[in-house]
Amino acid sequence: MQNLKKWKELEDAGNILDKGNNEENDVSGWRSFRPIHIREKCIDCMICWSVCPDNAVISGDGKFIKFDYTKCKGCLICLNECPVNAIRSEKEK
Amino acid sequence: MNLKELSNRKARFTGGHTLCPGCGEGIIVRAVLQAINQQVVVGCATSCLEVSTSKFPQTSWKCSFIHNAFENVSATMSGVETAYRVLKRKNKIKDDIKFVAFAGDGGLCDIGLQSFSGALERGHNVLFICLDNEAYQNTGIQRSSATPYGAWTSTTQIGEKHKGKEQFKKDIVKIAVAHEIPYVAQASPSNYLDLVKKVSTAVSINGPSFINILSPCVPGWRYLQMESIHVCRRAVDSCFWPLYEVFVENGVEKWKLNYDPKDKKEPVINFLRMQGRFKHLWNDNKDIVDKIQANIDRKWEELKKRCSV
Repeated sequence: MQNLKKWKELEDAGNILDKGNNEENDVSGWRSFRPIHIREKCIDCMICWSVCPDNAVISGDGKFIKFDYTKCKGCLICLNECPVNAIRSEKEK
Repeated sequence: MNLKELSNRKARFTGGHTLCPGCGEGIIVRAVLQAINQQVVVGCATSCLEVSTSKFPQTSWKCSFIHNAFENVSATMSGVETAYRVLKRKNKIKDDIKFVAFAGDGGLCDIGLQSFSGALERGHNVLFICLDNEAYQNTGIQRSSATPYGAWTSTTQIGEKHKGKEQFKKDIVKIAVAHEIPYVAQASPSNYLDLVKKVSTAVSINGPSFINILSPCVPGWRYLQMESIHVCRRAVDSCFWPLYEVFVENGVEKWKLNYDPKDKKEPVINFLRMQGRFKHLWNDNKDIVDKIQANIDRKWEELKKRCSV
């Protein structure tokens, strides 16, 4: 919500031409618990990637890279679904 | 297709939206867009999904997205698809484009049923997806025709006389099958690859197709947000939400069961016990639980007979 356009700069008819601009949003304030990845245990099964509702798991080349903490709302479905317990949680300060 | 291949595809649904933490819709929409590896136009009826992913002037969608009123997503997508077909015939569009219509159980089973039925009858090449969260969760958890028997909603309260909703769930899948459209399926985000496979089958088929997907809702169903997938798994394993698909060719229905828990079939109380909306059934009101169980068993036997398992 940081860089909202002024009403005169908006497109007509309620069109949004800037596709996917929600990506700039920071929803980290929603989170009370933070998932933390444990690299040693991870088997890169990508189940956490598939069950994340917020696109907060960044993957590349079929491997887990990191959590995107600006997108994560801390629902911890990834922690609950991880088959090898490679994700732990930590309370946000 | 496996998860690694899917995760290498470009994401077309971004984070930063305002769906509740743990919402099933985010998981399902990502799966659907990831499964369709082509250009896609998405239509969305008014629902949680629409108000949280396209709040003006921001959007979570990297593909074309059309928002319309509650009841007419099927009508809108029919128009878009017809325009595309005409332009394609005149050679003004070269690309292959797929069309997907998302709507909730209100937008397809209740308010949008007439436009949905019309679009199926006219045979538009659109994939309709019902994100069934079993009530009008967006407006404050009012009962819908897809709310299961005995569930608490803000309009079916628990008291001395009334114990939640007193009618059974509408079977939208059978309604869709009755239109004799080529492909109808029921899926759940807990069986992720099954869901992905159903979506890619549906878009590869020429003609209308419909997939009914269970979409867990944290504030409406009242469970822990980390258990979204787990609660769906209980629904599938208790046969509350069986996974099956129906192909119709020249008026002949071919039913196929995708998942059979066999001797692992759980009593429905395991599913009910996870959710606060069934709190009044956890220990008391055994007759209601029995009624739900009897209904599920009857439907499960009927489904098995149809699939000839």
